[in-house]
Amino acid sequence: MERLKIATVWLGGCAGCHMSFLDLDEFLIDLAGKVDLVYSPIADVKEYPEGVDVCLIEGAVCNDDNLEILHQVRARTKVLVSFGDCAVTGNVPAMRNQFGLGNADNVLQRAYIDNAQFNPVKPRQDGIVPLLRERVQPVHELVRVEYFLPGCPPPADCIKALMVQVLEGKTPKLEGRQLKFG
Amino acid sequence: MAAKTLTIDGKQISAEEGETILFAATEAGIKIPTLCHLEGVYDIGACRLCLVEVKGTPKLLPACTVKVAEGMEVSTDTERLRKYRRMTLELLFAERNHICAVCVANGHCELQSLAYGCGLEHVHYDYLFPRWEVDNTHRLFGMDHNRCILCTRCVRSCWHIEGAGTKNVSGRGAKSKIITDLNQPWGDSESCTECGKCVMSCPTGALFRKGSTVAESVRDRSKLEFIVNAREKKQWNA
Repeated sequence: MERLKIATVWLGGCAGCHMSFLDLDEFLIDLAGKVDLVYSPIADVKEYPEGVDVCLIEGAVCNDDNLEILHQVRARTKVLVSFGDCAVTGNVPAMRNQFGLGNADNVLQRAYIDNAQFNPVKPRQDGIVPLLRERVQPVHELVRVEYFLPGCPPPADCIKALMVQVLEGKTPKLEGRQLKFG
Repeated sequence: MAAKTLTIDGKQISAEEGETILFAATEAGIKIPTLCHLEGVYDIGACRLCLVEVKGTPKLLPACTVKVAEGMEVSTDTERLRKYRRMTLELLFAERNHICAVCVANGHCELQSLAYGCGLEHVHYDYLFPRWEVDNTHRLFGMDHNRCILCTRCVRSCWHIEGAGTKNVSGRGAKSKIITDLNQPWGDSESCTECGKCVMSCPTGALFRKGSTVAESVRDRSKLEFIVNAREKKQWNA
């Protein structure tokens, strides 16, 4: 049997979900025996490959770069999993949405001008520094998502429960506290 | 009091006239999800989570306010009800800013536990991300409107257990807001007795004790029940 190609992607989030993924401990060794990790922040691959079977997406869609990667991931992946609260709800990165339109500018003003000790300037390097989007959005508002794994971060045993089922080609059944937000 | 016989989820039960479907179901060991219901204060049917099907009635009825009747056939857990319950919960999440990860009530929140109890893993509606304030003017307590679901438990316990009448509701629809006195900062309230019953009743992280941080807000509802029992039944069971 051909080995499944899995990927993980890190959009606007704190990497906590990836830390929790690493908390899978010895299950990672089992996993490594069954799948190829073809793209991930913990693997040095520059381009998201074609024909990925399963991708876990951490983080909300906060900037142009996130959106571009997301569309690429969707086009090249069979099963997308919104991985953690930022991907599922927007969570903390989406708190700036509460400040209405223009919040992106206000956020930059606060971070880079008001609180700057030296050289106050808003970063702007077209093509290098991605522009913040007007609103931070959860992944499923922008592309189709097959499965959702909430949690901030999702505990390792929930990731394991989901991965085992998804890798067997089943629709993952998680219930009760396994689906807890926060 | 006359006894009424009815069935709930196919189970034959008898209840006293004047009892609600929720009360009768609970007595019979049948659990109906609730959010605005709070032991010790009267019910208002605001949250719509306890909606049940009653044979012969096309409408869904709130179990917390509808009284039992002879021969009633009640269903509490059908496909249709599960669909509406999930929809109601999703709308509550979408309407304000419920960010469990940084909420004082994380792990002790009734909205959160009902959500995972219903298998809610994401919200289909677009989040509104409204702008709401946090009133931190009170010496002991705070009110975070971002987390409020307008169940009015705090209002009812303030008026009907404490009898202070400090908490109220202003506005309409999604813009409704729990207010203190005549929409003043809580810290300026002259009617608030600082009893903390509103904080004890809150199902989410909207009302909290100052000084508690993420996931630290554990409610003690038994104190409310104790007071009500003592007053109404003269039972001082601690």
